[in-house]
Amino acid sequence: MTDSLPKREGALSGLHVVEFGGYGAGPAVGKSLAEHGAEVIRVESMLRLDGFRTNYPPYTGNIPGIERAAMFAITNDNKLSVSLNLKTEKGREIAIRLVERAQVVVENFTPGAMDRLGLGHDAMIVHNPTLVTLSTCNQGRTGPQAKRAGFGSHLTSLSGFTHLTGWPDRQPALLWGPYIDYIAVAYGVVAVLAGLEKVRRTGAGCHIDLSQYETGVQWMAPAMLRYFANGEVMDRDGNRDPNSVPHGVFPCSGEERWCAISVHDDAEWSRFASEVGEPWVKEPDFATVAGRRADEGRLEELIAGWTSSQTREALVERMRRAGVHAAPVNDMGDLYSDQQLSFRGTFERVDHAVMGLHAVPGPPYRLSETPGKVTHGAPMVGQHTEAVLCGILGFSSAEFEELKAADVLD
Amino acid sequence: MAGSVEQNFAPLSGLRALDLTGELGWLLGRILADVGVEVQKLDPPGGDPGRNLAPLIEGPVGAVSAAWVAYNMGKSRLDLDLSSPEGRARFLDLAREVDFVLESEEPGVLDALGIGWEALHALNPGLILTSVTPYGQDGPLAGAPASDLELMSAGGAVWLTGDADRPPVRMTLPQSVCWAGSYAAVGTMIAHHHRQLTGRGQHVDMSAQAGLLPALVHAPSFFDLLGENPMRAGGYLVGRNINGAAMRNIWLCRDGYVTWAIYGGAAGRQSNRGMVEWMEEHGMAPEFLRDMDWSTFDVATVTLNEVSAMESAIAKFLETVTKAEFLRQAEGRRLLGYVVSTTADIAADDQLEAREAWSEELVPELGRSLRFPDGWLKIDGVRYGVSSVSTGGQDD
Repeated sequence: MTDSLPKREGALSGLHVVEFGGYGAGPAVGKSLAEHGAEVIRVESMLRLDGFRTNYPPYTGNIPGIERAAMFAITNDNKLSVSLNLKTEKGREIAIRLVERAQVVVENFTPGAMDRLGLGHDAMIVHNPTLVTLSTCNQGRTGPQAKRAGFGSHLTSLSGFTHLTGWPDRQPALLWGPYIDYIAVAYGVVAVLAGLEKVRRTGAGCHIDLSQYETGVQWMAPAMLRYFANGEVMDRDGNRDPNSVPHGVFPCSGEERWCAISVHDDAEWSRFASEVGEPWVKEPDFATVAGRRADEGRLEELIAGWTSSQTREALVERMRRAGVHAAPVNDMGDLYSDQQLSFRGTFERVDHAVMGLHAVPGPPYRLSETPGKVTHGAPMVGQHTEAVLCGILGFSSAEFEELKAADVLD
Repeated sequence: MAGSVEQNFAPLSGLRALDLTGELGWLLGRILADVGVEVQKLDPPGGDPGRNLAPLIEGPVGAVSAAWVAYNMGKSRLDLDLSSPEGRARFLDLAREVDFVLESEEPGVLDALGIGWEALHALNPGLILTSVTPYGQDGPLAGAPASDLELMSAGGAVWLTGDADRPPVRMTLPQSVCWAGSYAAVGTMIAHHHRQLTGRGQHVDMSAQAGLLPALVHAPSFFDLLGENPMRAGGYLVGRNINGAAMRNIWLCRDGYVTWAIYGGAAGRQSNRGMVEWMEEHGMAPEFLRDMDWSTFDVATVTLNEVSAMESAIAKFLETVTKAEFLRQAEGRRLLGYVVSTTADIAADDQLEAREAWSEELVPELGRSLRFPDGWLKIDGVRYGVSSVSTGGQDD
């Protein structure tokens, strides 16, 4: 398959990135770079497909297929795909040539896998002395658990997030998907750009060892400090919060319609009380934080009774107008019609040869002069192999055909 | 800006940031400090009211917000009254010399004070201003008040979490501030890269609501592609199977919970097989599990009944093991799973210990030193972070 190479604009245009690996933690780093104009070449292979292409519904039309998976599509927009069989010497040679002209390699194989292929940072730095390599894996490249393979959804539990989610009288509730991967992604992009700054200053390339677990612990820091300072083990507490009462998610009219409402001080309570206007809000005990806290369960039931006959939209609107914290609990469909996300153009619709038009989330931050943009859907496996080999690396058509025949480009 | 520095200096050492943020933006400055930026936190007279945010941690000389300490470590501090003309003049003097200004005021507040993007950009064209707000700088909801609960809700994260028979829940440890701060750091670093090429700064506008989208991963795509709306399912994983089977992910064990699931793919099949072998050694693997042909097992197409029969046998077995035993066996048998850690488990974790992921830092507000997660950035074997910079203390 062949395709021409798109022109790139943005804050990172001119940056060449080569990506090895799959799933979320590595490729989503490349996504952030590609959305700001970096040329990101994914090295893929039909012989070892990215799990995001093969293991995760939804698929377009609910028909599994390696070019039909949304999980891959939303993680690899704006990128190029080159298909290489890294088990062949020729395939590895081509990979090295891609790395030679790159400033950055992003990889998320199990530690040691890139070295075994001869593509590890120590080998590559000989070919490219200013190379920045980001290695991101579950628990880091050193230590007793370095080689431990695992999925992000489980690592999310190891890092403490799951224990803090759900009701105190029930078992923990699962967070959606590989939650922690996308924590590590933010730190991974920062690390790559910090690594490039280091290269600018020292002239020497560097190898970043990012432990996804450790990035999760960064976010857990407040709970960790409570443990280290006072031995307190933090537990899940439904929707309650130590700073605000009431603080909950309340039912609205219709099926599974919910509204979040939180009251942060007594003045906000009195605004809430005037808007509600029911007899119970005038109970003197509810006028103070201590009083509301003492009877929080009953207060939550009373509020739920009052909200359940109202539409979510009307309730949010009147709470906001009254100066009370409120928001709809957006479901997945609501996100696409959310007025604020739509205003910001957070989801972009792009076309794809197999998937057709589909939505891809772009960056949540907007740069005033060089905003990031989803310009292209994710590539098909090897979509840009010929364009990159012949157009960038200078292989002739005859050489390309020869490589193809020798199974190097599988 | 700094010129060349020695090899062992943090990558962005020599660069400076002024940090005006409240809770929503604290982590942004912390991450910049982690990569070497000298971050100066500017607080209103009397200090950041965020110091009082519960839960507090206590020390011999006082009590202070755990989140405040955690996300502001590594910054120096200065009291500055931006409501006074003198304070604003002082701020502009400082802003002339720095590389980043970080803020999380309601949109328009800094402009009204004459210290917004236009003023700062005219004063210092290379400056990057990063604004972290609930919904972004403009649009229909710009300026609408939102705390963590509203952001987690408006961003779609609450919808996906909780037990089916109760209202959906947010995580008890506020997360929107972390998503907002971390992804704002990404935008800020991208703007910095651009500045190194062009000399020009930019205004980075971070929406905390949009910052939740990475946490949803592919859940919205179910609606986009199929018109489906994945929902909270307690400890079960949905969205891996075309028959709609929910895969159990949280399992009660003898002293807490462990996480493991039936998976597909090569690693998943090995994990499934390993679990059954372990059960068999204890005489707890029923015949249908022992007879499973894992080489052809496909998690995407298995039926609900098959899943439920497999899971009820596995649940009975896991109730007999401890967290520590599970971790040990999972490692040896290549099971894809971990324990559901509490903070006590994390504090005792041998991997974090071996990688020296903790550091000991003095917290002046508490009058004692505390164990902290050290920096997360490890380059060529060197860890950069809170322990590699001088911290704490008032500058004035």
